[in-house]
Amino acid sequence: MSPLSLAAVSGRRLKARRAGVGVTRPGFAWAVPATVFFLLFAILPLVLVAVLSFTSWDGITSPHFNGLANWTKLIHDPVMTQSIWLTLVLTVLGVVTQTPISILLGVWAAGPQRNRAVLSAIFFVPLLLSATAVSVLWRALLDPNFGVPGQLPWLFGNGNLLGNQPGSIAVLTFVGMWQFTPLHTLLYQGGARAVPQVLYQAAAIDGAGTVRQFFHVTLPQLRNTMITSMILMVVGGLTTFDTVLILTQGGPGTDTTVSAYYMYVQGFKDFDFGAGSAIALVLVVVATLISLAVVRLSGYDKMRSTAEGI
Amino acid sequence: MRQRPNYLAGLGSLIWLALIGLPLYVLLTATLRTTSNYSTQGPLSFPSQLTLSNYFNAFSNGFGQDFLNTLIVTVSVVGIVLVVVPPLAYAIVRAQGRTITVVFRFFLLGLAVPAQAVIVPMFYVISQAGLYDHLIGVILPTAAFSLPVCTLVLTGSMRDITPELYEAMAMDGASPRRVFRQLVLPLSKSGLSSIVVFSALQAWNGFLFPLILTQSDSTKVITLGLYNFQTEHGVDVPGLLSAVVLSMLPIFIVYLFARRALVQGLMGVGGK
Repeated sequence: MSPLSLAAVSGRRLKARRAGVGVTRPGFAWAVPATVFFLLFAILPLVLVAVLSFTSWDGITSPHFNGLANWTKLIHDPVMTQSIWLTLVLTVLGVVTQTPISILLGVWAAGPQRNRAVLSAIFFVPLLLSATAVSVLWRALLDPNFGVPGQLPWLFGNGNLLGNQPGSIAVLTFVGMWQFTPLHTLLYQGGARAVPQVLYQAAAIDGAGTVRQFFHVTLPQLRNTMITSMILMVVGGLTTFDTVLILTQGGPGTDTTVSAYYMYVQGFKDFDFGAGSAIALVLVVVATLISLAVVRLSGYDKMRSTAEGI
Repeated sequence: MRQRPNYLAGLGSLIWLALIGLPLYVLLTATLRTTSNYSTQGPLSFPSQLTLSNYFNAFSNGFGQDFLNTLIVTVSVVGIVLVVVPPLAYAIVRAQGRTITVVFRFFLLGLAVPAQAVIVPMFYVISQAGLYDHLIGVILPTAAFSLPVCTLVLTGSMRDITPELYEAMAMDGASPRRVFRQLVLPLSKSGLSSIVVFSALQAWNGFLFPLILTQSDSTKVITLGLYNFQTEHGVDVPGLLSAVVLSMLPIFIVYLFARRALVQGLMGVGGK
């Protein structure tokens, strides 16, 4: 805001101007420590991933330039092609399963029900568990010999869900849903709270029932939250790693070897860090494009707090 | 608030309660029974006799050291975040000029950069810096990757301070430093507690950076301990799940006291 328009808005500001006092503002220096730290430990590695993708590096000796070798190797690698396909499938399944549930739960939790506070607190628990703990827990629960499937044969058939590809993908999707739906529910709860009540009152006067209000008032008003939430889901889906490492180790065979896990295997198991970096670069580029979309579409940079009244 | 309860979503929420609640029920009851009781009676049954021995065994498996390491990492990460984020957020909200807008966008961009994508170069940077297998090598990247979210949450909270208050302080002739100490910090308490809880949660639950940046028992954190426990004693389900419960216990206690701050922080990220 220019000093002139500042002076125009309020009497007190006018007084401040007359007294010759400018509004005190911090300089850019205040942002320097965080920025430098972020540059060193988040942005520099991002740049390096591009450089390393054109090198051959075993993790011990120094990397040396080998041109496009990693890239040509990956293009002809069937596991790489399969991993991209798997990553896309898991990402889409994640968005499709988590979005409707979290919208319904979020809108419900934003309402005035008496028991919602208690239920929301329970729903929240998976968010407190680390991805490691979640994966370890579900692996134990789904164990074909000592887990839940043995007790519920009518639901789980022969019980070894992780023994085949469709089963493993279903488990990974379900565990992702179990783990992340609470987060998205919260986002939608915040979004639903921010919907002006006037809109509901107007809809009610027009004779719209709960269901019509949901589709004609709530959903359109949640558009921004939906964009944010889905983009977070997509980025999360593209980088699924911990659950795969602990639940399936990419198997059976390479049936659940998603790109992020394949990158880890290439680098930290096969000591081909150049190829690992090339896969990482693909992930970074896709994630960056999506994050640019976040800033553009959701108006993050103009964001205001919507958290009042929790 | 809505005029009428939403029955459709209410029904859904009850189904969801079963999906969330049953695994947690199995988790808790399994830790209180012996391994043989668990495998003969099955995870869904109610334990016929209760024992705490699983928890004691977890500690004799070296969980104490893992706890201490995780605590060091968590406290340090929160410390770094508290030192660098408030001034940054203050500058973003109050400084003028294009540079600060660019910096803010740059941190927002960082929101969607997944830690997974940088593990290879992170391994390179940390090894080159001689920090491989040191806790400090885990602390620095963990803190760096929690900056974007913390910045977003805190700027959201600082934006709620009305301009009149800044002007009043300016009329008193306060320097930016004094405005920061006497106005901005006290008024963004809720935002500050959000970022403390949030970065603590991230650090406590962090798995990827410890996995690739440490190797010895002396630098092992809880999540890695869990992972190793599963690989080595996968059959001892009650023991394994006790380790899971222990790993979340401190977080759960923090949650009981700081639920509002955490929920507020997360909701702020998704709001429009």
